[in-house]
Amino acid sequence: MNLDSLLQRPDVWRGGRVSAATATVSSGFDELDALLAGGWPQGALTELIMPRQGIGGLRLLTPALARLSCEQRWICWVAPPHIPYAPALASAGVDLSRVLLVHPKARQDGLWAVEQSLRSGNCGAVLAWPTLEDSVILRRLQLAAEVGDAIGFLFRSQRCVRRPSPAALRLQLESGTDGRLSVSILKRRGGRAAGTVQVDTSLQHGSLALHSPAPTAPGYTQPHWQ
Amino acid sequence: MIRGDGRRARVLFCNAGAEQCGIRTGMPLAAARVLAGGLLVHGLDSKAAQEALCGLADWAYQFSSRVSLCPPYALLLEVQGSLSLFGGRTALLKRLRSGLVALGYEARLAAAPTPLAALILARCGGGRMVEARHELVAALAPLPIPVLDWEPALLERLEGMGVRRLGDLLRLPRDGLARRLGQQSLLYLDRMLGRCPDPLVLYQPAAVFRRRLPLVAEVEQAQALLFVLQRLVLELCGWLQGRGAGVQSFTVRLLHHERRDTRLRIGMRRAGRDAGQFTVLLREHLQRLVLEKPVIAVELQAVQPVRLDARSMDLFRSADARERIDLLDCLRARLGEEAVQGISAIAEHRPEYAWSYSEPGRSRSDSREQVRPLWLLAVPRQLETREGRPYWRGPLKLQAGRERIESGWWDGRDVARDYFVATSPSGSRYWIYRELTGERRWYLQGVFE
Repeated sequence: MNLDSLLQRPDVWRGGRVSAATATVSSGFDELDALLAGGWPQGALTELIMPRQGIGGLRLLTPALARLSCEQRWICWVAPPHIPYAPALASAGVDLSRVLLVHPKARQDGLWAVEQSLRSGNCGAVLAWPTLEDSVILRRLQLAAEVGDAIGFLFRSQRCVRRPSPAALRLQLESGTDGRLSVSILKRRGGRAAGTVQVDTSLQHGSLALHSPAPTAPGYTQPHWQ
Repeated sequence: MIRGDGRRARVLFCNAGAEQCGIRTGMPLAAARVLAGGLLVHGLDSKAAQEALCGLADWAYQFSSRVSLCPPYALLLEVQGSLSLFGGRTALLKRLRSGLVALGYEARLAAAPTPLAALILARCGGGRMVEARHELVAALAPLPIPVLDWEPALLERLEGMGVRRLGDLLRLPRDGLARRLGQQSLLYLDRMLGRCPDPLVLYQPAAVFRRRLPLVAEVEQAQALLFVLQRLVLELCGWLQGRGAGVQSFTVRLLHHERRDTRLRIGMRRAGRDAGQFTVLLREHLQRLVLEKPVIAVELQAVQPVRLDARSMDLFRSADARERIDLLDCLRARLGEEAVQGISAIAEHRPEYAWSYSEPGRSRSDSREQVRPLWLLAVPRQLETREGRPYWRGPLKLQAGRERIESGWWDGRDVARDYFVATSPSGSRYWIYRELTGERRWYLQGVFE
């Protein structure tokens, strides 16, 4: 057996790079794809840890969601904290007819729904917002994602950062400079946990200023603060 | 189990224990009592038996379109035409047997070139197959006379003549037989051996599926009903298979004492007849169900079968029901219909009306290219102002550009607002608006996540 054939074996891992077999879906951001060795890992959990809302965590996903929505599989949102706004999703290129919103009444039902969706094979991506207490079942969710070949995006609060996690990928998101989003790798299965990139998520939905109508409406006055 | 009464009563069926004592089908009850003391003897509930038999005939229709009832306890299937479809005689019998076991029946199966021979072979134990007509006499000759379902008086006469086995009977001269037993008996033997045709009345399957099972004991836990209902689901799927059909919904009725029954409607996005899928959905429904009264009987109904394309069925042939099952059906079964939705974008100026829930997979997408946040708050949140500026987790800084939205005067829900993208000191971006009328308050309506 020579070295090449040894390295082809699925049970042999090489440090410092992701094994070539790991399928990914491009994030749509070149600098991030480079950092992630291709993009979002398919059939696995990705944790996105955010210190607060409104920094553009979802924008980081919309190019991939748009791509995944072209397949005949669902983009499933389980118990989102707000209403996913259809006009914004549509203009980000997401096929709305593949979007599934699940609103379970009980927390336990939410975890069940996430697991079912991941495992079903009917979902390209599953988005969920598990709490700190839900950490124990992440292992099950990771397995379900493998079975169903789905990407599980878990949005988590900063408090979860020190918790061990079975997720294939853990990213720390922070607001970067000039309204950009700073993305750092906390953990990457089969790869080194290192590197930070600044991603301009605002470009993905066009420059905000460009799309705003010119202030020509009659009677318009500059809003006054005092 | 006996048939007939008084001195005429004969054994119809017996269990393995009774067989060990030497008791056989067709034996006079009096003789059986001599062989074994303490026999539990049951008469045949003919109405229940007939219903069960019809149910089985519906189910068996999937294997052959020529099914005949032989009350009280036998079914005949003409399978010559189905053999190639099911991979031969042995494979077909195996499928029949495992299907019947799943339905909760103990069955004796036999195959023969004539209906009567098949019946007789099944009656004396089953498991036998006779392929060609010329092998029939050899197969039947060693069997004891009581396997014939003739009048007890006729059987007694034969016993009196010293005829013990079918072979003895077949060796007797025809004219003598006709004289002593009647033309009918001769016809019977001719049909048994295939010497003359045996026209059967074919069973016509029911147009709707409705089957009820009384429960042996009252059931208080909804989930405990799954086991019995599973049996009815199997019958339903067999019935559908026989018709080349599927259903998009079926109804389960749970019957209580002196109280209106509980009804569950199990709906699916696509018509199907996959017992595994039906059972998974049923389980989710039962998990949500809290029974107020114990259940004494269950009933399953399916009234609108639709034709299924045979090719579309192949797509769903997978080993695990959980993989085949439609995610949407599964989620709705447990969480309720309204908990699983799709979304549409609607061409409408007022942001809160520019979207709506819709049936998953049937979204409208009438949107314009505009700056819109990915999160919309269900209800806009009024913001306080500090030093005249809108304040939300710190003073908000407005980005250049505002969007004026004035609309809706025609339906009384008019809005007049100026929208802004605002940034918090920590870098979060929000979608806020200021009323153009009244107190000109500030509201938070969206988050640029």
